[in-house]
Amino acid sequence: MSDVYIMGVDMIKFGRFPEKTVPQLGATAALMALDDAGLKIQDMQALYCGNLGQASAMVGQRILQEIGQTGIGVVNCANACATGATAFREAWMSVKAGVNDVVLAVGVEQMGKGLLGGSGGGTGIPKEGLLGSGTMPAVFAEAGMEHARQYGTTFEQFAKVSVKNHHHSTLNPKAMYQIETPLETVMNAEMISYPNTKLMCSVNVDGAAAAVLVSEKKARELGMDRAVRVKASVLTSDPYSDRDLVMPNVNDVTRRAASQAYEMAGCGPEDIDLVELHDCFATAEILHYENLGLCKDGEAGRMIDEGETALGGRIPVNVSGGLLSKGHPLGATGIANIYEVATHLRGEADKRQVGGAKLGMTHVIGLGSACGIHILEKVA
Amino acid sequence: MGFNLEPFATYLIGEIMSEEAAATGPLPVVDWLKGAGTDDPYLEGHKCGECGAVFLGERDNCSSCGARDKMSPTRLSTKGKLYSYSIVHRSFPGIEVPYISAIVDLEGGGTVKGNLINIDPDPAKIEFDMPVEVVFDDALGRKDRDGNSYISYFFQPAA
Repeated sequence: MSDVYIMGVDMIKFGRFPEKTVPQLGATAALMALDDAGLKIQDMQALYCGNLGQASAMVGQRILQEIGQTGIGVVNCANACATGATAFREAWMSVKAGVNDVVLAVGVEQMGKGLLGGSGGGTGIPKEGLLGSGTMPAVFAEAGMEHARQYGTTFEQFAKVSVKNHHHSTLNPKAMYQIETPLETVMNAEMISYPNTKLMCSVNVDGAAAAVLVSEKKARELGMDRAVRVKASVLTSDPYSDRDLVMPNVNDVTRRAASQAYEMAGCGPEDIDLVELHDCFATAEILHYENLGLCKDGEAGRMIDEGETALGGRIPVNVSGGLLSKGHPLGATGIANIYEVATHLRGEADKRQVGGAKLGMTHVIGLGSACGIHILEKVA
Repeated sequence: MGFNLEPFATYLIGEIMSEEAAATGPLPVVDWLKGAGTDDPYLEGHKCGECGAVFLGERDNCSSCGARDKMSPTRLSTKGKLYSYSIVHRSFPGIEVPYISAIVDLEGGGTVKGNLINIDPDPAKIEFDMPVEVVFDDALGRKDRDGNSYISYFFQPAA
């Protein structure tokens, strides 16, 4: 089977764009990715579109209504926060299967402000604050506290994740925020759900990202100079675990995806030069160091203490600023992460460039649960 | 061709039942809280006869081992241990904070999420694996749009 290559990839600067529509945001990113590939919408054989907020409203087709109704097949998909990665993977699969040679994947989201999460819903009375909490900051706080009970991870160690990622974002002009947040600032920010303070929660923003994926034959035809090879594309759902239906298990779903991705790519975590992982909350990033095999179980606290995951460290994580500071437009996140890693592999990440990056990994989690992992490789 | 009265019958019975419930006492906050309005409320799990996995709420099949039609109801223990928690300081509008959202493993199987009460919402006071008990009380005064009150379950430090 043919390898699959990213020929064009880009994202809009994340922010709040209430004057724009979801298709307009998606169309902007799509045109940027097409320009990056040196191709036109007429060259695309299919469109894979990821969006959550308007999942039943044909966002992919409405993007084509903005930039060119060429009559190609469109797949609209939703998979919680793994939506963008799922759209990218569906695009990848169609090329890998030999059905298409050139396809477009777009992830886009327009977000409101405030807390995400269910209130229990259904009939009767509201369950939030009665049967615990279904808010996202609390759910991921509970996941972090599970790590604390196992390994003694501290509030300060969780907070250091935010200090690092906010620092990284000062080097990324496409991040929502570019503001340094010292440890005291993070720890003294409004407590949302202990141990997650406001600065340890991802930012709700509008955003869009897009990628053009091509077959090896097409990549050779277009030139390999800036091509990025997709070495692994994996999607998992949560395997059964004892507490999973009460306490979403973001660990097993990630571990399963990571081991499959390493096997598909023929590499191990020691070969990876940078990682964009799903830091929807600061607590989550700590868990995923271990889930992705970046360190041994129980070492994640030490890893953040010693700066191993900061830019310049042993394995830089979320040099884009992560969801915590770059922002987290749900459906766009999975492709924005791919843009970030691809940009480093192309050597085009400017001030935040991870030197000599050859292999990079992206990881997203959709609660409920889905995990999408991609391993990308520098070609030229 | 007869007139299908079934939807009307359901409607009428539904009306009668909800009036009855309002008259006889509180409704259960979740359908797996049994014995609401009696002096013996309890939480009910459904246990898989093949692999022993315990679920909350009725179901036909087991998502742990895939066994079909092997589920049977089981009365869950009122004793358990605190597995994990978060102290919630900001929630949706109108929800009183702070409160402790707790994940509790019950003795003999079953994991339940709920509010941990009668303890300071302070991480220094809350210990992992601390013994807790399940208690039943009014659902913080919350009523549905028909004015029904509800009985809920809570966790508190074991006596």
